[in-house]
Amino acid sequence: MTPTPDFWGQLFVFVLASFIGLGVIRRVSRLLHTPLMSITNAISAIAVVGSIIVTGADYPRPIRILGAIALFASMTNIVSGFLITDRMLKMFKTDTRPGEGGSGGGHS
Amino acid sequence: MTHGLVQLAYIIATGLFVFALHWMNTPATARKGVYAGVAGMTIAVLATWSEPEVVHHLWIVLALAAGVLVGVPLSRVPLTAVPQRTALSHAFGGLAAGLVGTAKYYLWLGEGPENLTPFRMIAIIVEIILGFLTFTGSLMAAGKLQEVKFIPQRPVTYPLQNVANLGLLGVAAAAGVALVINPTAPWAAFAFPVIIVLALLFGVLLIIPIGGADMPTVIAILNAYAGLSAVAMGFVLDNKLLITAGALDGSSGLILAVIMCKAMNRSFTNVLFGAFGQVQQVKAGGEEKAYKAESIEGAGQVLEQSNLVVVIPGYGMAVAQAQHKVRELYDQLKKRGITVKFAIHPVAGRMPGHMNVLLAEADIPYTDLVEMDEINPDMPQADVALVVGANDVVNPAARTEKSSPIYGMPIIDADRARTVFAIKRSKNPGFAGIDNELYFSDKTWMLFGDAKNVIGELVKQLSGGSGLH
Repeated sequence: MTPTPDFWGQLFVFVLASFIGLGVIRRVSRLLHTPLMSITNAISAIAVVGSIIVTGADYPRPIRILGAIALFASMTNIVSGFLITDRMLKMFKTDTRPGEGGSGGGHS
Repeated sequence: MTHGLVQLAYIIATGLFVFALHWMNTPATARKGVYAGVAGMTIAVLATWSEPEVVHHLWIVLALAAGVLVGVPLSRVPLTAVPQRTALSHAFGGLAAGLVGTAKYYLWLGEGPENLTPFRMIAIIVEIILGFLTFTGSLMAAGKLQEVKFIPQRPVTYPLQNVANLGLLGVAAAAGVALVINPTAPWAAFAFPVIIVLALLFGVLLIIPIGGADMPTVIAILNAYAGLSAVAMGFVLDNKLLITAGALDGSSGLILAVIMCKAMNRSFTNVLFGAFGQVQQVKAGGEEKAYKAESIEGAGQVLEQSNLVVVIPGYGMAVAQAQHKVRELYDQLKKRGITVKFAIHPVAGRMPGHMNVLLAEADIPYTDLVEMDEINPDMPQADVALVVGANDVVNPAARTEKSSPIYGMPIIDADRARTVFAIKRSKNPGFAGIDNELYFSDKTWMLFGDAKNVIGELVKQLSGGSGLH
């Protein structure tokens, strides 16, 4: 690993990604703000990438233990975040279930 | 895998994450977004795992397996518990960032002090402060939402609270600056844990003064913090995928926080400082006002004769788990050819979009869920406004009462409907502790009781004898 990473490049990426994020998120349907929050939770669990390196590299044991806890926390967010987002999104329907509630009349 | 291939995988993952969020712009494509997100995450994990640096695999497998074991049950919580699950996941995100930052610092302190450049030290300090304060702050928020016994629900305030909190953060920042200047000093290994403890403490103190009505804003802010801590981790590890994905999460939290703020008429600086500004409780004068109560039969008859019924749900609907009964009422009214719409205030409930998810769970078509700004012009045409467990979001004092703590907050114009029925559990004032003059209006009739029972009775009334003639 080089001692001098490209700070300005990183900052550049950060600023551009933030602008893309603001542009994309602004268009998200207000109906979906709760699922939006759970999917961005799952995506920000990208900390998994850092945790894998810290856990799996040839580092001293205490350091790897910290990594493993972080990896566990990130994986929990990935799994629960994506699953609950999908579970919620499945519920958003345009029309009521056919045949539900008996009675044929009254659907406008 | 070579370095180049890993970077390529990261670029693909970033693209998939952007698409995942893009597809959330309408419910029709939103599920595609989840698949894109899962694909991006899988690619990112596999690419990282294949890096030559990664030589021990057992712990990775165990940690991932443990994550699955805990993650799956967490995704099955009832939808009324989604706010606390979300807060809990912000806590996990903050914890992961804080721990990786700590691990990296001690690793470099021991094995490569030349890596601790000033820029990287700044990133590490930001990462651990944001990470650990998000960890305890989100745990506190989750505890408040879950109504855990030893965490006070009501806002806890004390003199000089803001000064004390900011002072604490200032001390942590000062210690951080000292570390940036001198990362390998003999005292550095001890100063670092001090910053961690201060950040953990600050997170707790940040959430203690927050009441339930402010939770949607606070959860959005914690979301942004969790994202930014991932960005800081990206700076520390020189990993652009972490920076982009964290930035997406951060901007999402920021936008949601701004929307929540506007919906409560709170300033943006107020948000940046962690929603410190607790509303001052203004005691209304001692004058007694009288509610007018209505019977289920009477309310049923009025509902039957309506053309347009607007239901205004609030947190009380979630507490009473009344959404399925609301759906039955919706069916009964629809059967009679009555138009039923749901008016959704942005801060109704305990997190952004909370009401929409609960109503969608009850199989109410999302086309009938209408935002505040779109429903308000139609409110004068509404025959009935049915308020289910909402309070401050329909309080006309927000329009007129300059001394009211909610003055200026946009509200749903329930009071402009021809008749208002308000379901209320008790005669006590709402969460913000403010009297709601809507309840004393000439056209308002109160239906006292648990929201689920009251609506259940209404459904019984409508499906019973009177509905058949």
